[in-house]
Amino acid sequence: MDHLDGNVLAGPSTDLFAFDPTTTQCQCQSCADIATLGQAMVYGQPMGFVARCRKCDNILIVIVERAGQKSFNMRGLRWLRIADHARNDRISAED
Amino acid sequence: MAVFGGRRRDDNPALPPGQYLTESFPVLSAGPTPSINTEDWEFFIHTEAGQTHRWTWDQFIALPSEDISVDIHCVTSWSKLGTGWRGVSLDTLFAEVETGFDFVMAHSYGGYTTNLPLGELLNGRAWMAYEYDGDELDPEHGGPARLLVPHLYFWKSAKWVRGLVMQSEDNPGFWEENGYNLHGDPWREERYA
Amino acid sequence: MTSRAIGWLTGNLARAHPLTASARSITFTVPGWPGNDAGQHVDVRLTAPDGYQAVRSYSIASTGTGEEIELAIDRLPDGEVSPFLVDDLELGDTVELRGPLGGWFVWRPEQTQPVQLIAGGSGVVPFIAMTRAHASAGSSVPMQLLYSLRTPDDALFRDELSQPSATARTTWHYTRTVPSGWSHSAGRLTADDLRNETLPPEQVPLTYICGPTGFVETVSHALTSLGHAADNIRTERFGGT
Ligand SMILES: Cc1cc2nc3c(=O)[nH]c(=O)nc-3n(C[C@H](O)[C@H](O)[C@H](O)COP(=O)(O)OP(=O)(O)OC[C@H]3O[C@@H](n4cnc5c(N)ncnc54)[C@H](O)[C@@H]3O)c2cc1C
Ligand SMILES: [Zn+2]
Repeated sequence: MDHLDGNVLAGPSTDLFAFDPTTTQCQCQSCADIATLGQAMVYGQPMGFVARCRKCDNILIVIVERAGQKSFNMRGLRWLRIADHARNDRISAED
Repeated sequence: MAVFGGRRRDDNPALPPGQYLTESFPVLSAGPTPSINTEDWEFFIHTEAGQTHRWTWDQFIALPSEDISVDIHCVTSWSKLGTGWRGVSLDTLFAEVETGFDFVMAHSYGGYTTNLPLGELLNGRAWMAYEYDGDELDPEHGGPARLLVPHLYFWKSAKWVRGLVMQSEDNPGFWEENGYNLHGDPWREERYA
Repeated sequence: MTSRAIGWLTGNLARAHPLTASARSITFTVPGWPGNDAGQHVDVRLTAPDGYQAVRSYSIASTGTGEEIELAIDRLPDGEVSPFLVDDLELGDTVELRGPLGGWFVWRPEQTQPVQLIAGGSGVVPFIAMTRAHASAGSSVPMQLLYSLRTPDDALFRDELSQPSATARTTWHYTRTVPSGWSHSAGRLTADDLRNETLPPEQVPLTYICGPTGFVETVSHALTSLGHAADNIRTERFGGT
């Protein structure tokens, strides 16, 4: 399976944040590139989601999902910047 | 009503629990395939005494090698039986290495890591493989050379290996740090931490 | 409309029809579905009787409010999930769904930039949602689709895309077999094709590319060479090579 776009992180990160991380801006710890997480490249499926910087391949985020548990690692991010629309993207229908 | 079966998980006694048989050779990578020139390639074993044993490609390829026929098992549930490789036994590579540490961290080109107990790399149970099915090892399958530790889940058989670093404790590698089992025995279904 | 439900919802197969010899449209009723934007996807989870689970992502062909969603699945011969969804799933059967997902690869009617869509194979699915949203919003923003597929028989949604009422024009490109009398010969999209058939950099379009990973890579590199800014290109790789 070849790599995918950062958009695919929207599913495995649903219950992690109150916002949609794929529309947030973030900065790569390694090369300082600023991009939307949806622009990252995602490797590692089906073992997990390994999101890498589009410019330098540095690992930004790792998510491993399995029944009943999730492992989440943000080791390669300097910061995430959350716009209000990203929060609205996450408000559940029940709210 | 349609019942989802998934790929059939067989009762074949050659298969560990929860595994299915595949004829293809699926590719799973945590990152892009590095392009490595054998002229620049180097393999090392680094010990706690600060000693580094190094091999260039030509030195490595000149070591005694053997044909290996083994079954391999990926944690994503596929297994492949009777795969044919050529490589150098880790017994050969460790012959001159003196260490009191019991664990190893394998490091790959591209930054991948995986942890292994030294005892499970010796006594004819692990190789540095550089041929698959009679041909040089395809880069997407780990070429020029990869670890081959067939008795553990295949993520332990690190692709594009460049060195082994001795460690006193079983510190986790890349997948192990992110929720996978430190050991990874398919017969005991050691998939997750 | 961009709100989302948390956790797994249940989708009940309400309607299905074949799109081609290998693809099928499947429409689920999903109680609690909050509606979705054009271009979003869902994760589909299937569970075997022994507890084994498989999860795959699928773009949503439908758009707007309402508790129904339409997916279009192309069968991969050796695939685990797609043959089940195309050949086996029956009306009334249920699957688990997580979504709507993603806010980056979407088109919203309030956008004002001209839009170029470029699809490879089943990569047309999110663009069906976008062309539907474009039509139903009565948007005056230029939107056009370049659709690359193997043969004329592989076209998903041909009738809908060819309707006179369609507000987005479709340019068809064939890689293996062309219809009789077709002026262009069969072959992969080249940089020249892209220059001739897509909105030029001078118009500063927002270009969306979707399809197999290899297709998306080739087309996005070609577009940046033609002078499109990387930030005006959005991609959705479906996997494979
Ligand atoms: C965001 C997103 C949206 C998607 N939307 C759609 C959609 O609308 N319609 C649709 O039909 N598919 C879509 N896909 C692809 C879908 O998720 C599955 O990958 C596809 O259905 C194959 O699953 P499978 O279980 O049948 O095959 P698998 O068992 O996963 O794979 C079988 C073999 O096919 C290869 N392969 C996997 N995916 C592809 C691919 N896309 N193209 C070619 N070879 C592949 C694998 O490497 C493997 O060798 C989308 C993917 C993503 C990431
Ligand atoms: Zn970077």
